[in-house]
Amino acid sequence: MLEKNIKISCQNIWKIFGPTPESILDNIQDYEGATKQDFLEQTGHVIAVKNVSFDVYENEIFVVMGLSGSGKSTLVRCINRLIEPTRGSVLIDNDDIAQMDKDALRELRRHKLSVVFQYFGLLPHRSVKDNVGFGLEIRGEKGREKDEKINAAIEQVGLKGWEKNQIDELSGGMQQRVGLARALAIGSEILLMDEPFSALDPLIRRQMQDEFVNISSEVKKTVVFITHDLLEAITLGDRIAIMRDGEIVQIGTPQEIVSYPADEYVSDFVKDVPKGRVILAKHIMSQPDLIINREKNLNETIEEMKANENKITFVVDDRQRMMGLMTIEQAEESLAEGKTKVHEVINEEYPSASRNDTIEDCLYLDNTENLPVVVLGRNKRLLGMITRQTIINSMQSGNITNEDNTEQ
Amino acid sequence: MFDFPESWIFAWDIMKFIDGIVDWVVITFEPFFHAFNIFILRGFLVPFSDFLTWIPWWATILLIGLASWRVVNRRFALLSVGFMLIINLTGLHELSMMTLAITLTSTILCVIMGIPLGIFAARSNWFNTLLKPILDGMQTMPSFVYLIPALMIFGLGKTPAVMATVIYAIPPMIRLTNLGIRQVDPQLMEASLSFGTTPWQTLRKVQIPLAMPTILAGINQTIMMALSMVVLASMIGAKGVGTEVLAGINRLEVGRGFLGGIAIVFLAIILDRISQGIAKKNQ
Repeated sequence: MLEKNIKISCQNIWKIFGPTPESILDNIQDYEGATKQDFLEQTGHVIAVKNVSFDVYENEIFVVMGLSGSGKSTLVRCINRLIEPTRGSVLIDNDDIAQMDKDALRELRRHKLSVVFQYFGLLPHRSVKDNVGFGLEIRGEKGREKDEKINAAIEQVGLKGWEKNQIDELSGGMQQRVGLARALAIGSEILLMDEPFSALDPLIRRQMQDEFVNISSEVKKTVVFITHDLLEAITLGDRIAIMRDGEIVQIGTPQEIVSYPADEYVSDFVKDVPKGRVILAKHIMSQPDLIINREKNLNETIEEMKANENKITFVVDDRQRMMGLMTIEQAEESLAEGKTKVHEVINEEYPSASRNDTIEDCLYLDNTENLPVVVLGRNKRLLGMITRQTIINSMQSGNITNEDNTEQ
Repeated sequence: MFDFPESWIFAWDIMKFIDGIVDWVVITFEPFFHAFNIFILRGFLVPFSDFLTWIPWWATILLIGLASWRVVNRRFALLSVGFMLIINLTGLHELSMMTLAITLTSTILCVIMGIPLGIFAARSNWFNTLLKPILDGMQTMPSFVYLIPALMIFGLGKTPAVMATVIYAIPPMIRLTNLGIRQVDPQLMEASLSFGTTPWQTLRKVQIPLAMPTILAGINQTIMMALSMVVLASMIGAKGVGTEVLAGINRLEVGRGFLGGIAIVFLAIILDRISQGIAKKNQ
């Protein structure tokens, strides 16, 4: 696994709203176990974020998911200090932003972080172009360089030709494109997205999600994405943190969250998730047991298969490119027919998928012979395999493990 | 025993005290007030008034008609030209222009002072709380009460008239500026801050543009209130249409007073519709 750089590190963040948050926090152990309502009645304070820690790696999409009131929007505002955390530190590239003075914070916001809001936050008295250029204007850029950056951002979000329009002439989806372009224009390394697509209708939301995936893979940004929609979290997130009542309940990849919910709260959440559409081939694929070079002798191969009790083998060429499958029966028949090399035997018709295909896709492949699905990368490189049993196991509720398929 | 004990009443002392303060201020700051008087007169009022009366009558009508047409509509342009013709036919053109000069000078002073005060009131709750009763007082206190010290300070003439007008007409300017800025969507403020705006940038690029319709409504209110002080201004020696109204009252010439009154109404309608038109265009 590659060494990942930590871009944002949130450490023990607390945010308490009320008249004297500091002193409440000093005695927080006295309220252990109190419900939100009790806590409010006893102290007149609300805990929005409760001792939250997590790291966000460079260039990943980190999704914070929770219902309204779970503190997710407060948490994301603590990252750029639109809200001051009561306690805790936020390190961005190892600089503690809690220690920054006003000027340093301003510089940070102007260059390193940009935000896309649920409510768009566009200025109604400005045109599309002037809204997109807002961040650049604020940091004093002008002239051709600024125009080029604006145009690039506008093109990226597909708003070309709308530059001169006023904001109120655009639909919600278009307005959020402007919001996204405004955030992209300043070329920040980090993008904070506070439920950016929640206000949009489902069709547009879906479309924006797809486009966002494309854009973010192009521009290489570290993204913290807030949402209340688990499907959105799963579609977009490299990793997901699930928040409840100000605490993070679980952090993991979409597949981990869906397959191993940490507690009842999370499993309630993921219960209705159509797993077949959430879990991707890459999540459940396993190493093929036996990979054989196409030039190998049939004889030796059969022996090797028998020794390992393999019913099937994966045949590749010198560059690990998938050539085909060969079952033990085929191999023995062909040997009897007098064939000697593996490549004379192989079955070139086999079900295949790419690593980002859903397991539902894998299940519906044309596969009457019940062959394992072969997961291929670029140039037909062999990445892994998925047996039908693995697919079916992972679609059922309850735990699935990658070990399942080694038993087959 | 039903009456408040007379020996407890100390109104006389307070009156004396206030009189003392006013006397002291008038005497001590006399040179300053004199300079201020000259500044307002020479800097604003006299040149402005001279300019407006210098323009040929037909050019004035043409300009007003054109402005009405541009910012309101053609129908109102015809109406305002009609109003101006009537003012000319009643022989009140020059006096009307003098009134316009005082009104607009007062308005400009109200805008220059009122917008910054309104912005400050919007930014500081403390200042806003302090300002509120003062503004209430400025609008409800009978003008004569502050006219007398103004007369003592500046003597008869245009400057005390402008002072009185500003005191009466500035509250809506401050109030609506304050309101307009406070009404700016906090979400837009947050969005702006998230891009690293300084307070000055937030004010200039977000708050003021978004508050503009409300601020313009404040200017409109201020103009209207300034016009309503015209007669009072004439009482302390500021020549204008108000002088005619006053003469009508003094000499019991109802017709003269009525014509003066009509001229004020016409001026008011023209100024109101044009300033409203500008405000609407800005929305």
